[in-house]
Amino acid sequence: MNTTTFSIIAAAVGLVVLACAHWLAVDYFFFAGYTILQFVVLATAWNILGGYCGYVNFGTAAFFALGAYSSVFMHKTFPLPIPLLIVFGAVVSGIVGLGMGYLTLRLRGAFFSIATLAMAVVFQTLVVNWDYVGGSRGAYIIHPENFEFGPLKVHYIEYLFVLMLALAVIALVTARTIERSQLGYGFATIRDDELAAEACGVPTLRLKLIATTLSGAFMGMAGAPFPYYIGYVQPQSAFALDYAVNSIAMPMIGGTTSWVGPLVGSILLGSAQQYATVTISSAVNLLIVGLMLVAFVIIAPNGLIGLVQERGRAWRKP
Amino acid sequence: MDFNLLINAIIAGLLLGGFYAAVSAGIAIAFGMLDIVNIAHPAFVILGSYIAYTVNINLGVDPIVVSILALPAFYALGAFIYQVYYLSFEKRGQEALRGLAFFFGLLFITEVTLLLVFGADYRYVEAAYIGPSIHVGQFELPLRMLVPCVVALALFGAIQLFVTRTFIGRAIMAVSQDQLALQLMAADPIRIKRIAFAISIATASIAGALLIVIQPVEPSVGRDYIGRVFAICVLGGLGSMPGTLVAAILIGVVESLTATFYGPSWAPAVSFGFLLLTLAVRPAGLMGR
Repeated sequence: MNTTTFSIIAAAVGLVVLACAHWLAVDYFFFAGYTILQFVVLATAWNILGGYCGYVNFGTAAFFALGAYSSVFMHKTFPLPIPLLIVFGAVVSGIVGLGMGYLTLRLRGAFFSIATLAMAVVFQTLVVNWDYVGGSRGAYIIHPENFEFGPLKVHYIEYLFVLMLALAVIALVTARTIERSQLGYGFATIRDDELAAEACGVPTLRLKLIATTLSGAFMGMAGAPFPYYIGYVQPQSAFALDYAVNSIAMPMIGGTTSWVGPLVGSILLGSAQQYATVTISSAVNLLIVGLMLVAFVIIAPNGLIGLVQERGRAWRKP
Repeated sequence: MDFNLLINAIIAGLLLGGFYAAVSAGIAIAFGMLDIVNIAHPAFVILGSYIAYTVNINLGVDPIVVSILALPAFYALGAFIYQVYYLSFEKRGQEALRGLAFFFGLLFITEVTLLLVFGADYRYVEAAYIGPSIHVGQFELPLRMLVPCVVALALFGAIQLFVTRTFIGRAIMAVSQDQLALQLMAADPIRIKRIAFAISIATASIAGALLIVIQPVEPSVGRDYIGRVFAICVLGGLGSMPGTLVAAILIGVVESLTATFYGPSWAPAVSFGFLLLTLAVRPAGLMGR
């Protein structure tokens, strides 16, 4: 299947999801669906660097919050429609990703991971001390009740849901395109044996920088509409470690080598968490995510996709 | 600039740096010598704090004594974690991606479990040396900081003596340099690494007790230490214990000066600045090989 066909199918699936959601017309569905789609984008973005190149980014929360806070900043200085804010957030996070990568990716992989972990703490420090975007008190973003565009009039949450749905489709199409392009093969050589790849003339640093920038940009995109969704952003919620652990756990549980893994992982884990948050408590559901992450990396290193593939192979060769 | 304020900030920084050395000792062994990126270490430090807290509140035992009594338990925990890590990741050559995710999961599980058991309130311990200070002229030495600093330096000295003077210690240094060569000498590198990793986790027990003496503790306090301890180890030079000590004290002093003159909310940015600067300018660190 070539990329164009896949894009059309992905867009069609997106439209079907939207049609079903619109027909149901339950606001809670949009709220829950938005969160799950946000995780689809974050997990796919993480996987571009983590799954394809094998570099672990612990700073998802930092990139996400960068996107969110660039929206808060623009909201106060120069209000723009949300799609443009998403582009702005992507540019900011992408540039930060590039800078981080340039400083740390020339060294061993572990340094990059540690630097991303520390980066989250530092950006939080900066935001806490920056009063213009609300500081430690947080910032209120009040959005209109309805979104109107010409004759079209829908609840604002449905508008946000549609944006996030579109982002998820774009992220998945991008991930799949990368996977099947020369770029993706280059990423895979880095993951398998970076030294050998370098020796064969693969420009490893440039490829890693491309991956970091793309990955960071998508995380920023996921974060940009967040202030409008939540209505009140404060550093603790935007920088929550939940984003980091979820965006690692979802691809790991689904499977990291293809775009299907993060999608499956985020839909499963995202829905389970929506359910657990409502029925049990949010602390318990984070504990479950942590336990599942550890269990999967030990028992099923290739995730659910890996398990299915093994089963398929065993079935074909009796 | 007030001279007294400056000197007091430097003294506080030196004492703080001594304590940082105790927290970094475990990472210096695990990351510096064994190449195991144990980002869950600060979570084990917090676990140590809560054990010291529980025993202290219920039985009134001194927190540092508790942490020394808890050493065998932490040692066993470390040996167990290494065994799982070795069988699941190191043996299969997957430590880079999945090993990191594994430790990240452990960090999360430890933190959330503590949160569920103890809640998000700050907890503190009681001991005779929390509160009073020694005054030398105009300078103040709070015992709450001085005692942890002394214990931390003793711990650090003990580890340094252990790795340079004993047979097992030298074997740990050897395994950090060339694992294959150790195997050719008919020593089991996995056993040596298990002992070393267990020791690194055991230090978390003492570091945890020192932490709760210095400041009240809640489960997510450990996160602030992740960036800090790795910054210290990288700045000091991986595998170098003296370098780690110098880096810990340096970061302690700079943080204390930043907190005094610019406000405590800026202090967490210091270690990150050092980390990036070191990685960009001299990745081998101050005393690295």
